[in-house]
Amino acid sequence: MARAVRPASILPLVLDRVGVEIGGQVLVAEVDHRFEEGGLSVILGPNGAGKSLLLRVAHGLLAPSRGAVRWLGPGAAAARRHQAMVFHRPVLLRRSVLGNVVFALRLKGVAQREAVVRAGEVLEATGLSDKSDLSAGSLSGGEQQRLALARAWAVEPEVLFLDEPTSNLDPAASWAIETLIRSISASGTKIIMTTHDLPLVRRLADELLFLHRGRLLVAGGAADLFAQPKTPELVAFLEGELRW
Amino acid sequence: MDEFGTAFAHAFRLLAGFDDELYGNVALSLEVNLAAVVLAAALGVPLGGVLAVYRFAGRRACAVLLNAMMGLPPVVVGLVVYLMLSRSGPFSVLDLLFTPGAMIVAQTILVTPIVAALTRQILESEWSAYRDQLTSLGCGPGRAIPTLVWEAREAVLTTLLAGFGRAAAEVGAVIIVGGNIAHYTRVMTTSIALETGRGNLALALGLGIVLLLLSLVINGLAWALRETREEAVAWRAP
Repeated sequence: MARAVRPASILPLVLDRVGVEIGGQVLVAEVDHRFEEGGLSVILGPNGAGKSLLLRVAHGLLAPSRGAVRWLGPGAAAARRHQAMVFHRPVLLRRSVLGNVVFALRLKGVAQREAVVRAGEVLEATGLSDKSDLSAGSLSGGEQQRLALARAWAVEPEVLFLDEPTSNLDPAASWAIETLIRSISASGTKIIMTTHDLPLVRRLADELLFLHRGRLLVAGGAADLFAQPKTPELVAFLEGELRW
Repeated sequence: MDEFGTAFAHAFRLLAGFDDELYGNVALSLEVNLAAVVLAAALGVPLGGVLAVYRFAGRRACAVLLNAMMGLPPVVVGLVVYLMLSRSGPFSVLDLLFTPGAMIVAQTILVTPIVAALTRQILESEWSAYRDQLTSLGCGPGRAIPTLVWEAREAVLTTLLAGFGRAAAEVGAVIIVGGNIAHYTRVMTTSIALETGRGNLALALGLGIVLLLLSLVINGLAWALRETREEAVAWRAP
């Protein structure tokens, strides 16, 4: 799957002193970051660090209590259209596998006939074409996650947010998801994902952001940070010693 | 207790004898009840959907009001509709009083709150489960309503059946606005009331058994519809 005509980029994405406060509790505080075009960025951190929350804010599902999320690219006006997200637990509609993908395409204004063709191609590319007529609910956990990814990929987003795409999956299913993430990344989609699967991060990440208790402690090139973690919290996390 | 035995005999004789009056009653009952349910669905499902997905001032009050209206007393609704349609009422020009049309109006008023209130409840929980995903896909609240209805199609169908049950079992409203005129506005429940009043208890009970069978058939059909829907997984869904 290659992007046919590339629209004007919506990136960079800037998080400007973003804070999230829910019920008087500060869950994300003063996060400043600029996501550039291309590559795969990973938001790393222990449970409860605010990773998913930050992802939802960046995607526009949740308004930040403080600060702002800004898309600065030339195509920024259409930012909403050119991003997609796959959630921690895949949310599929109670219709066929094909129907789930067609639904997403129809929402983007693709005509029914073309949507069916494109959905078929995406299912082919994600290894789900033999299941396209099955009910989405009958798929296994790994297949459901793959379908959620396929549905997000089908709309050819410039930016794809993934919230812990491999958690709760067995090694084979994780591997299938990882392969898929590579293909999506290779097709030119910018991926911003959260995970605490360190081996996966080592294999995939170009950029690393380390979030701890709602604060962005460090961000930079993944290879550099793995070589020189810079903060004691990241050192502890990478060594599996940081619990919260 | 003799009545029960004779009641079954009556029911059987009525059904097997293709009693014209009975089948006329059944047909009219079905017509009025189904029309009311279709109208109530057309009004109540979108209304429930709007209350489920949009946030606005007074939303909670609307929900409470709808829930309370599920318990509207049929005779009161009948009386109000009667006053509206009567010669001195604001809708007298419609000339609906003592017609099946008036019965449909009264029953629609009774059934709509049930459909709307239950639909709201169902779609609200669907919306909380799908909200992020649908929003992410670019599906706003308005566009989400038909999608959520489709996602919860079985539950929504069940609320329509509940509405049908309310309409089919109801006598107070239709007897006031329809007038229980033989061959014109006499339905199952009004004939049961009439026969009971006349002291024909066995016949009344027999009609009751027929009514029960009717309800059973409707529910069976709905069930069958649901099964086939499940098998034919439609990807053209809204």
